[in-house]
Amino acid sequence: MAEEFEPKIVAFLCKWCSSAGSDLAGVSRMQYPPNVIPITVMCSGSVSPLYIFSAFNKGADGVLVSGCHPGDCHYIKGNFYARRRIALVKKLLEYVGLEPERFQMSWISAAEGVKYTKVIKDFVQELKPLGPQKKLRRTQ
Amino acid sequence: MKRTGVFVCHCGINIAGTVDVKKVSEELSKHSGVVHAEDYIYACSDPGQNIIIDAIKEKKLDNVVIACCSPNLHETTFRNAAKTAGLNEFQCEIANIREQCSWVHKDMEKATDKAIKLTRSAVQRVRRNEPLEPISVPVTRRALVIGGGIAGIQSALDLANTGFEVILVEREPSIGGHMIQLSETFPTLDCSQCIMTPKMVEVSKHPKIKLMTYSEVQEISGYVGNFKVKILKKPTYVYADKCTLCDECTKVCPVAVPDEFNLGLTARRAIYIPFPQAIPATFTLDIKNCPGLLPIACGKCTDVCEPGAIDYDMKPEIVEEEVGAIIVATGYDLYEKELLTEYGYGKYPDVLDGLQFERLLSASGPTMGKVLRPSDHKEPKEVVFIQCAGSRDPELHCAYCSKICCMYTAKHAMLYKHHVPDGQAYIFYIDIRSGGKDYEEFVQRAVEDDGVLYLRGKVSKVFEDKGKIKVWGVDTLAGKDIEIDADMVVLATAMRPSKGADELARKLKIAMDKDGFLAEAHPKLKPLESVTSGMFLAGAAQAPKDIPEAVAQASGAAGKAISILSQERLYHAPTVAEVNVNLCTGCGMCVQVCPYDSLSLKDGKVEVNEVLCEGCGTCSATCLRAAIQVKNMTPLQVNEMIKAALGG
Repeated sequence: MAEEFEPKIVAFLCKWCSSAGSDLAGVSRMQYPPNVIPITVMCSGSVSPLYIFSAFNKGADGVLVSGCHPGDCHYIKGNFYARRRIALVKKLLEYVGLEPERFQMSWISAAEGVKYTKVIKDFVQELKPLGPQKKLRRTQ
Repeated sequence: MKRTGVFVCHCGINIAGTVDVKKVSEELSKHSGVVHAEDYIYACSDPGQNIIIDAIKEKKLDNVVIACCSPNLHETTFRNAAKTAGLNEFQCEIANIREQCSWVHKDMEKATDKAIKLTRSAVQRVRRNEPLEPISVPVTRRALVIGGGIAGIQSALDLANTGFEVILVEREPSIGGHMIQLSETFPTLDCSQCIMTPKMVEVSKHPKIKLMTYSEVQEISGYVGNFKVKILKKPTYVYADKCTLCDECTKVCPVAVPDEFNLGLTARRAIYIPFPQAIPATFTLDIKNCPGLLPIACGKCTDVCEPGAIDYDMKPEIVEEEVGAIIVATGYDLYEKELLTEYGYGKYPDVLDGLQFERLLSASGPTMGKVLRPSDHKEPKEVVFIQCAGSRDPELHCAYCSKICCMYTAKHAMLYKHHVPDGQAYIFYIDIRSGGKDYEEFVQRAVEDDGVLYLRGKVSKVFEDKGKIKVWGVDTLAGKDIEIDADMVVLATAMRPSKGADELARKLKIAMDKDGFLAEAHPKLKPLESVTSGMFLAGAAQAPKDIPEAVAQASGAAGKAISILSQERLYHAPTVAEVNVNLCTGCGMCVQVCPYDSLSLKDGKVEVNEVLCEGCGTCSATCLRAAIQVKNMTPLQVNEMIKAALGG
C-alpha cells in the first residue's frame, strides 16, 4: 500500500515581508503542512532563475517564490524585477513541459501570516495529484 | 574541512514539544564537517550561551549553527556569543526551527525531519560564509529638513537646539505650513498663530538653522551619514535684507490672483507677502502671475520701491549642501476639488472645505474672524458640516480615515456657535473617532454646551435652491430622510499627501504606501524611519495626523537623526555585492537594476560602492555570468542550501 504522495517544496522567501509573514504564522500558531522548506533570501529580486532550476533539478516537486507586495519592496523595486523574471521563468518551464502548478509566485507581507498559511496549504494540495516531478529532476 | 558546531534549542517545549531535538542533534552530528552537536533547553539563556562559547573554544570550531527561534529575535545574541568566543559574527547562522517549524506543525516525525533539513541547510550556508567586518564611514554632522510646517519646524528646532546645523527647506515663500492657516486648535482652543509664530521666529533667529524658503530639493545622492543635496533656490526678485515691508509695491501692482493663504477666499497681488507674520518677513514676486519682468511690461513695483529691494535680474540658484541625515516633513494637501463633485465643492461658493472655514474663523482671516458667506457676506444661520468627505469611501474616494476630521469638525461647529450663537450647526458623520487626550470630552462639549446636532448618516446630494444650499441626507439612527436648507456647507475634506511628495519620494528613493503617503520602515517598530537609512519621516507626510502627533513624530525623527549625527563614524552591514572582475564583461545590466545606484562601470568592469549597497542581491540575479554576488549569500551557498533542503 503506497503512502500518500508528499510533495517536496522549496520556498524562497524574502527576509522583510514573506519570511516575516511566515514568522507571524508561527507566532499565531497557524497550522500548515510540513512539506515546505523555506530559504530566506534578502529580496525576491535576488532569486536567480538558476535557483529555481537548481531546486527542480535537485528533486523539488514545487518551488515557491514569495516577496513583498508590489510597491512595498524593502529594496524599493526588487520585487518588480522578480515579477518580470519569474513570469519569464514560468513560461520557460511550461515550454519545456513542466506543469504550471509546480512553480508559483506570491506576495505575502509581514502582516499576512494567514495568507502564508493559505498559500502553503493550497500549494501542497495542488501538487499532490501531480505526483513526483520528474521532468527536470537529475536522474542518477 | 571547516569544523562546524550545531546547537539545537528546546525553547522549553516550544520547540521540543513538536520537534525531537535529540534526533536533530544526532542527525546533524553525522553531517559531514559537523564536529560538535548538542541540544540545550534554552540556548539564549546565559548558561546556554556559555555552552556555545565553551564548545567553540574547546572544539576549535570554525563556525556554528544555532537551531532555534527566528533570526529576528536572537541572531544578535548568538552572533555576539560567537564573537566572545573569538569567531567572526558571520560565522554564526540561525536555523529557524520554531516559527517556521515547531509552532506550525503537529506531526512530530515530519516536523523533526523538516527541522533537520532546515538545520542542515544553515550548516551548508555557514561553512561558506566569509568573516566580514562592518564597513565604517565618517559622518557629515548636519541635517536637512524638508518641509517647513509644524513637523519640519519642530524637527529643525530639536536638531539645532542639540547643537547640530540644520538646513530647513520650504518650497513656499514662508514657513508655517497648514498650521499657520488654522484658527484655533482642538481640544484646548488655543489660537494656532499664537502658538505657531514663536516657533517660526525661533527658527528664523536660530544661529544653527539655515532657512531656505521658496526652495526645492532637486537632487540627492550619497548615503546615510553622507548625503549630497542640490537645492533649487527660486528667485523671489526681492532682497529680504533690503525690504522694509512698507507695502508700497502691492498698492501699485495691477494683478489680482486668488490668495493661497486664504484658499482663494481673497485675492493677492503678484508681489505679495503670504501673511503678516511670514518668515522670512519679506515680499515675493510671483513670476507666474507678473505681467513681465521688464520695465516696459509693467515695472510699477520697482518704481515705488524706495529701498531698491526689487531686482528683476535675480536668477534661480542651485545650492549644494552636504548632510548626514534627512527628515522629510512634506505634510498634506486637501483632496482635490475636482474629485469631490457630489457635494458641490468648487461649484457653489458657500460650500467650503475645512481649511477655508478655518480662515473664516481666524481673527486674521479675510472676514476678520466673522463667519460670513462668501457669496453674499451674510451671516449663515444654518450650517451643515459633512464629515468623511472623500475619506472612508473605498468605492469612490480614499479608503482610509483622515483621522483629524472628527475633531476639527466638532471644533468648527463649536466655534461657529461661538461666533453665531443663534445659528444651528448640523454634523453628518459615519462614526465619531475621538481617541486622544481630552478629545472625547471636547466632542461632548460641542454636543452638550454648544448644542451641535450630530446626525449619523451620509449626505446624498448638495444643491443650490432659492439662495439656499439644500442638503439631502439620512439619519440612520432615527431611520429618517433629512433635508436641510443650509446657508453654508463645510466639508471635512480628506487629507492627501502633499502635491509633489511623490516626485520628491522618488528622488529620495523612499517608498510610498498605496495612498501615496511616505512609507515607514516598519508599521509598528520603525514608525519614524523610511526604508532608506538616514532618512526619517515626520508629520502628515507619513499618514494623516493632528498637531500633537505631528510634533511628537517630528521630535522622534529628530532624535533618530541625532543618533546618526552624534556619531563620528557609521557602520554599515558588510553583506554587500562583490564583483569577480575576471567574469565581469561590463555589460552593465546590474548597474541598471540596482535600486540604490551603488554600481557603476569603470574601465569596462562593474564597481560596487559598498556604502551605498544594501545587499538586496537584485544584481546577482540579473548577472548572466554570476560575476556579481552578495557576500555570504552567494549562488554557491544558495545551491548548497537547496540541496540540503531537499534532503540531498
